Parts: sequence; structure tokens; C-alpha cells
Amino acid sequence: MTVRIVVVSHSDKIAEGAVELAAQMAPDVMMVPAGGTSDGRIGTSMEKVMAALETAAGADGVVVLTDLGSAVMTAESAMEFAEGSGTVLLADAPIIEGLVAAAVAAQGGASVHAVRRAAEATHGYPAPRPKAENYPAAATAGKTDGKGLGMQPVADGPAAGEPGALAPDASGDFELVNLAGMHARPAAKIAGGLSALDAEVTVNGVDGASMTGLMTLGAGKGSVLHVEAYGPDAERAVAYVAAMVRDGFGEP
Amino acid sequence: MTWAVKWLTLSAQAMAEHRVELIELDRAIGDSDHGENMDRGFQAVLDKLAETPPETPGAALKLTAMALMSKVGGAAGPLYGTAFLRAATTLGDAAYIDAAALAAALAAARDGIVARGKAESGDKTMVDAWTPAVDAAAAAAANGDTLAVLIAAAEAAEAGAVATDSLVARKGRASYLGERSAGHRDPGAASSALILRAAAGAAA
Repeated sequence: MTVRIVVVSHSDKIAEGAVELAAQMAPDVMMVPAGGTSDGRIGTSMEKVMAALETAAGADGVVVLTDLGSAVMTAESAMEFAEGSGTVLLADAPIIEGLVAAAVAAQGGASVHAVRRAAEATHGYPAPRPKAENYPAAATAGKTDGKGLGMQPVADGPAAGEPGALAPDASGDFELVNLAGMHARPAAKIAGGLSALDAEVTVNGVDGASMTGLMTLGAGKGSVLHVEAYGPDAERAVAYVAAMVRDGFGEP
Repeated sequence: MTWAVKWLTLSAQAMAEHRVELIELDRAIGDSDHGENMDRGFQAVLDKLAETPPETPGAALKLTAMALMSKVGGAAGPLYGTAFLRAATTLGDAAYIDAAALAAALAAARDGIVARGKAESGDKTMVDAWTPAVDAAAAAAANGDTLAVLIAAAEAAEAGAVATDSLVARKGRASYLGERSAGHRDPGAASSALILRAAAGAAA
């Protein structure tokens, strides 16, 4: 089983269509559309959303995606009514990009919190800059090997030299071999896989868990992805990207 | 008829009577559906009350919350729905409501609206009717009966709604208009005042 997803939109067609689109990349994830009012008008319906939450309720939890304004309020209200029926998290993300990223993460077996994070990473905020206080063990290790903070070479990245900045726990450079390069499906695979790991990862400076961030790289065949990872799963994260790229994302 | 059922019945009458007025207010600074949505929502409340007559005031308000959330459609649905739900939770299974319980229920309703809509006083929303009403109700509950609490709340809500005329909207669709939203009454504050006046009318 995977995390399940409920899609709340003002429009029945948008909710249905978004689910249809995301299902292309995440065939095993249950996604339940809840769009429009119960009498088929544009709007949001508590009844529909509550029914969708009931359908989607499962042991692995549910992530809810919404579109505009009152859809958020309707979703929150439905969650308040349905309180106590497992973990239900509301994602603050654009409905289409967020849903696709969330669905791919869920397909990859990510936890409910990681699925929400995958959805929210599509906002395209700048990559998080790891700070020493986030990873105290790594900070200590950095000091004991003689590379005192502030002494890394500038080439380590934009954060080098700032107080609290760290060298990555793992890194690597990988050349894209598939013909189409970094388009939507590879970006979804990378973002989905990385969001399931306990690591902060940047790919050429953008958040590796952000599908839209990866797509903005415009990296074609032959481009090199420079991956930097921080945190307990840093090595696994770099290995994951390496394997994906080497395999051409399963594409020609 | 109990106070709660009478309140909801009078509210439904008020929404039907003021339907066009609320539509006009919403046309000026919103999407002109507030009157229609509230009328439809409260008609659904009346249907539910007839279907399953509630045994306590709390049950009546919970049923109202569900009906409004399901049938109103716009932002007012979840906002009023949450207000009635939180008030219902505060009243619990009590068969009798005293002045203090009533003031507490009104405060819970207002807190629900604030939590759901994230609006503050002065944003030109229904909060600008509810917060003065809650403050007046709390003051009246200190040495008055339930009728005094409800009359104080209704008067303060009406004054609060009128005071939204000059405000510039900072929440909801009206905020897209910026300065041009000033000079119009907030429709949500207006419907809130009608509902709180109905509450007082039901106790008289």
C-alpha cells in the first residue's frame, strides 16, 4: 500500500483531470478527486471532500491537494470533522505540479510527510542551505578532520565561508545519457525518490526534491548534474540519482 | 420550538428576505453569490431540522454546520460551518444554556472563523461583525441573562457590519479591489449581523 491522495478543486473536471494526469506517472497510487459542488456547480463541497477522505483513509495516511481559496477552507473543515481517522495532511502546493510530485513520491513508497514535502517542494523555492545546527553530528565531524568552519574552499558552493555552512556529506557529477534529458518524468522520478530520503539534496543548485526546480535546469542530453547531499541519507541520495541517470531514467 | 431551532428558522427567514440585498453587496466587491449561497444553505438547514429534529442546542448547531458546509459552496460555507461546529462543541450535550455558556459559544464561533479564514479585525470580513459581538456578549454575560447577551451581541454585530463600509479589504476576493473596496459594506459581516439578530429575536 502507499500514501493516498485527495484532490480538492472548485471544478470537477480539474480534479478528475489532475488525477488522470498524475496516474500516468503513479499507476499504483490511489488518488480520489473531489471537485465541484454536490449539484455539479463550480465550488467545493464538504460532502464530496468528506466522502473522498473516507474512501482514501488508509494505514499509510492521506495527503490533500487543493486549488484556490475556499477549497483550502473546505478541506480544512472536512479534516476537522473527520478528526481521528488516521494521518491526513494538507499540502500547500500548486494543484497540478504538487499532485504529480506527490503521486510520484507516494509511488516510490515515501511516507505521508515525505509525500507532502514532495508536493510543497514544487513551489520552486531556492534550495535549502544546510546549516550546521540541522546536522550536529556532521558539524562535529567537520571540525575533527581539521577543516574548521569557514575554511572550506570557495568552490564548495555558495554557502562556503558563511558561518554554519558545511561541505556536503556526499556529492557526485553525473552526465545525462537519455535523449530527452531532464524533462517532466525524469524530474518527477528524481524528486519523488529524493523526497523519500532523510537528506537535503541540491542538483546544480536547485532543490532536488522539487520537480519543477529540476525542470527549470533545462538540462539536455550531455549535461552534467552536480549533486550535493547533506544528512543521514546523503550517500543513498547521491547513489539514487547516479543510478537513475546511468539508466537513462529507463528511456532511450 | 426551542431557542436554537427558532434561531435557525429565523436565520433562514432573514437570509431569504435579505437575499437580494446580500447579492447586491457582494456584487460590489465580490462575486455576487453570497445572498444566493446563504439562502440555499439555510434552506438546507431547515430541511435537516425537519428530517432529524435535534434533541439539544448543540445537536442543532452541529447539524447546521454540516448543512452549511455542504450546500453553501463559497468561502462562507466553511467559515459559517466552522463557526457553528465550534459553538456546538462548546455547548456539548447541555440541554440548558446560561448567559456564560452562550457568550463562550459565541467566542468559540468567532475563534473558528478566525482560525479558518485567517482574517484579523479590520480586514473587512465577517470577523468585524463577530469580534465586537463576542466582546459585547462577554460584557453582558457578567451581569445579564441570555436575552441581554444576545441583544448586546446583535447590536454590536450590526454596528460592526456598518463600520466595514469605510474599510479597505485585506482578505478574500474583495481584497483584489484594494482601495476600491472602501465605500461598500462587507457581505459576510452583513449576513453575520442578520444571523446574530435572529439569535436575539429567537430569545425574545
